Amino acid sequence: MIEVQNIEKHFGVNHVLKNVSFTFEKGKTNLIIGGSGSGKTTLIKILIGLHKIDSGTVLFNGVNFNAIKIKEQRLLRQEIGMLFQAGALYDSMTVEENIMFPLSMFTNKTEEEKLERVNFCLKRVNLEGKNNLLPTELSGGMTKRVAIARAIVMQPKYLLCDEPNSGLDPKTAIIIDNLIQEITKEYNITTIVNTHDMNSVMEIGENIAFINHGEIWWTGNKEELLNSDNKELNDFVFASELFKRLKQEDEKC
Amino acid sequence: MTKLLHHLGLYFIMMKKVISTPEKWSIFRKQLVLEMEKVGLNSVGIVIILSFFVGAVVSIQTAINMSNPLLPSYLVGLASRDSLILEFSPTMISLILAGKVGSSIASEIGSMRVTEQIDALEIMGINSASFLILPKIIAAIFFFPFLIIMSMSIGMIGAWAGGLSADVTTADFINGLKYEFTPFYVTYAMIKTIFFAFIISSVSAYCGYHTKGGAIAVGKSSTTAVVTSSILILIFNYLLTNIMLS
Repeated sequence: MIEVQNIEKHFGVNHVLKNVSFTFEKGKTNLIIGGSGSGKTTLIKILIGLHKIDSGTVLFNGVNFNAIKIKEQRLLRQEIGMLFQAGALYDSMTVEENIMFPLSMFTNKTEEEKLERVNFCLKRVNLEGKNNLLPTELSGGMTKRVAIARAIVMQPKYLLCDEPNSGLDPKTAIIIDNLIQEITKEYNITTIVNTHDMNSVMEIGENIAFINHGEIWWTGNKEELLNSDNKELNDFVFASELFKRLKQEDEKC
Repeated sequence: MTKLLHHLGLYFIMMKKVISTPEKWSIFRKQLVLEMEKVGLNSVGIVIILSFFVGAVVSIQTAINMSNPLLPSYLVGLASRDSLILEFSPTMISLILAGKVGSSIASEIGSMRVTEQIDALEIMGINSASFLILPKIIAAIFFFPFLIIMSMSIGMIGAWAGGLSADVTTADFINGLKYEFTPFYVTYAMIKTIFFAFIISSVSAYCGYHTKGGAIAVGKSSTTAVVTSSILILIFNYLLTNIMLS
């Protein structure tokens, strides 16, 4: 479980996050949704310590991330798997080397054991046999899947995904969404997905926080989302024609 | 001035992170070998070509300017030797390397920054500055002196070839090379080279590491790395020469 309490963040004169508090629950896909520039990415970067907070606390299973020493923060980070928007695979390494990298850095496993784990993760994301491809030889969907394999190779307790569907076609996006949800349930981890894709929200949203102008405006699950009377949330959710029509049909019924 | 102090502060903060024990020695050794290849071995070709032709030109120009019969012909060898050891090999080759190696380091690290690869390292719990930059600095400090010694040797071969075309005999040339040779000049050149290697690798890495934006920013970082390294090389060349030779 990850808790954020009263997070404040400024970039110069811009007040990016205002008193943000939320609990990301274990074993669930927790979603941070909101428009571009609402503060979603800043919040996720604060969670992993890439941005420092002005005030507030970030608790990983009760451990205050900002109160512990840098060495302890590094150890804690080894329990976090992160899926970046563009994958962030290392260009100079093959798929196998990319996934094996955390194992080589932090474990004393033999080459055989590492390879076995890499192949297991590749199988888990349906990319068996792609070990020797370079990141430049992968499609967008494959890149995301390799990044997921790298994120789970160390069996993390927390999985953070920054806009996992950006740049993907709807079919591949659903595959990635389902994979994230399956992994969350399978390993009983705390997953946080930062997205503005409403299809994703309806697919995997179990615990949702809607962030707008740096503030949390609404929290709930996907069922509650469609019936909310929060104007800002409705403007965001029903901006798409498809969702507008769905709601109209729902009201007719 | 404030901007300069800001960058200096960031540079020292980065260097504090860089100079730390590697997380895993086996991976560090692998990285170091790779960097030796990228930073050092890949520059051998350009160093050979430049040193040979500049050596030849220095020798021909010296021979032309010393056509007075009162001046001994061994002066061509002597002048070429001192020009190469004192200035051309350590300083000019370092300036060339600032262009080649410096831009490569800045663009490599800059690209990793804008594609979030550095963030990915940090999230894994890796000290990204140390992991990426330390092997580059050590590789440069270790390999540049070899490149400079090679440049001196090839430069002298070039000077000999140039001298032959300007009617300087081999015996006169070798006599000039040996005449009042001061071994400290080589030590001086090596000390300068080590300073320059550190400047090129660390300043370029700093520029790449602090890249903000996209592809244009990577290009800008690369240019800044070359310009800053070159200026610092010239300043330190002056300071070190003042301290060591005056």
